[in-house]
Amino acid sequence: REETSDRERGRGAIGVSEKMTFTIPIENGNGVKNAEADSQRTLYPYVTGTSVVAIKYKDGILMASDMGGSYGSTLRYKNIERMKAIGKHSLLGASGEISDFQEILRYLDELMLNDNMWDDGNSLGPKEVHNYLTRVMYNRRNKFNPLWNTLVLGGVKNGEKYLGMVSMIGVSFEDNHVATGFGNHLARPILRDEWREDLSFEEGVKLLEKCMRVLLYRDRSAINKLQIAKMTEEGVTVSEPYSLKTFWDFKAFTNPTVGAEGSW
Amino acid sequence: KKKKERSLNRVFFFFFFLLNIFLLFFKLEELHHEIDSTNFCMFLIFLFSSNNSLVSRLLLLLKISQKSALLSRRKREEEDEEEEAKMFRNQYDTDVTTWSPTGRLFQVEYAMEAVKQGSAAIGLRSRSHVVLACVNKAQSELSSHQRKIFKVDDHIGVAIAGLTADGRVLSRYMRSESINHSFTYESPLPVGRLVVHLADKAQVCTQRSWKRPYGVGLLVGGLDESGAHLYYNCPSGNYFEYQAFAIGSRSQAAKTYLERRFESFGDSSREDLIKDAILAVRETLQGETLKSSLCTVSILGVDEPFHFLDQEAIQKVIDTFEKVPEEDEGEGEADEGEAEAAAAAPAEQGGGAGAGDQDVAPMEM
Repeated sequence: REETSDRERGRGAIGVSEKMTFTIPIENGNGVKNAEADSQRTLYPYVTGTSVVAIKYKDGILMASDMGGSYGSTLRYKNIERMKAIGKHSLLGASGEISDFQEILRYLDELMLNDNMWDDGNSLGPKEVHNYLTRVMYNRRNKFNPLWNTLVLGGVKNGEKYLGMVSMIGVSFEDNHVATGFGNHLARPILRDEWREDLSFEEGVKLLEKCMRVLLYRDRSAINKLQIAKMTEEGVTVSEPYSLKTFWDFKAFTNPTVGAEGSW
Repeated sequence: KKKKERSLNRVFFFFFFLLNIFLLFFKLEELHHEIDSTNFCMFLIFLFSSNNSLVSRLLLLLKISQKSALLSRRKREEEDEEEEAKMFRNQYDTDVTTWSPTGRLFQVEYAMEAVKQGSAAIGLRSRSHVVLACVNKAQSELSSHQRKIFKVDDHIGVAIAGLTADGRVLSRYMRSESINHSFTYESPLPVGRLVVHLADKAQVCTQRSWKRPYGVGLLVGGLDESGAHLYYNCPSGNYFEYQAFAIGSRSQAAKTYLERRFESFGDSSREDLIKDAILAVRETLQGETLKSSLCTVSILGVDEPFHFLDQEAIQKVIDTFEKVPEEDEGEGEADEGEAEAAAAAPAEQGGGAGAGDQDVAPMEM
């Protein structure tokens, strides 16, 4: 009897099950029930990936990301693939909450499955997937239960290259080069200066490595193990993980306080 | 002796002749049918048979009467069967969820009959364009004609035949499907997928006892990744892809015309396709003079969003082929006749165009 009366009081204006992700909390001292409802919403991320950088090049799209998953300030997981192929035409990279990224991959898997089941010569290209993701992200944000990711979606279909980004609040746009997280601040200025329309594959990789090196030096959640993914008309290839050469013997690093204000 | 036999034969001949006629009329009374042609032929054969032997004539008479009896009996049985079948048909056609013993759903078939009652709609396609045309039918001289072609999206159009109310509802459904897809994926809905949604919707109505099948046939023309397509959705929930098709009343004439020409449609130019559509419409009119007010033509293509052709454009196409037969007629006649016919032709065209403008109600887009 007690349970049912509690439940009745707890639901208030919205007379639906507790499984709903958003309920208006009612002032009735039923703290436990409300906390359960609240904990179903994403309040902060737990295991996060850092930046993803992507550019358009001559034959398609190049995307780079490292393989780290941070648990707060701990670099806990060092083998997380944050870039995945979607169907025949698209490549998705994500930064932010890893579990939400996996959820998105499940949505896209279902989407692609249904698309393939039509078996009619039509297929969803990168533009369609990008817009679908925008709708999903914006919808979740409106329910105050966002997928805590910034997504990079690139692809090639019928010779047309496409590169776009969706943030966790549903902001989406297309550009020739995109980056997430710290990449926006550290990598994009480099790309703005040095990106050209007709980069070759080698030039593109070198440019991306330059960006990733800067991120490795300056982003505390970056690790020195990265992958580069290539998307062309033929398909997607994600490289094996490898490390960048770094140089830490700058004089300023060996003796950082020499010549600093107030030092001797 | 021979003379005696001959006279005796004649008597018997006459007797059997009378007997045969008597039997015939007797049978007629019995069966209340018209004189069976086979009966009558056999009777004539007997009459004029050259075999003089009595016995053979008797046998022939017997054979004839047997055969005619058999034939009439068979005919009676057939008709009884038909009546029975009609009775059965009426037994199993009350609702759509009842099968007939021969495995048919009569309500669905009746719904397809409704499509045949509507005025004609014609569709044809090339690799890059689809043309939809229809005959404008108005309730009366005072009213405007029925809207039978609808734009579903920039790249999809539909022509309907049958219950126009059902058609309107279904085209609204198609428009909302198209818009939803555009909103989610920012790209046009492939027409092949829209047609499957439609067919599934129609199938639902053939399997619920509280619903009835849609009484409208839809010619859906649209673009896909692979080019232009034309589909026909019928009330049964089936859909077929066509190079060219016509539905509605008197559509068989148009279909015959299209069957003759369809192989060339794939590579047709846009103008040829429009001309073929209007010619097909003319076939359904069967004798009525073709005026631009009588038909509505719409076109969509790979670089061309769906739109209706205006009256002048249609009239221009009609003029290209309507003038030629007029001139031929004029040439065949005498000089006076020629002058008259030649004078009459442009006058008629001008009159037709003028009258056409007046006939068209100002409701069309």
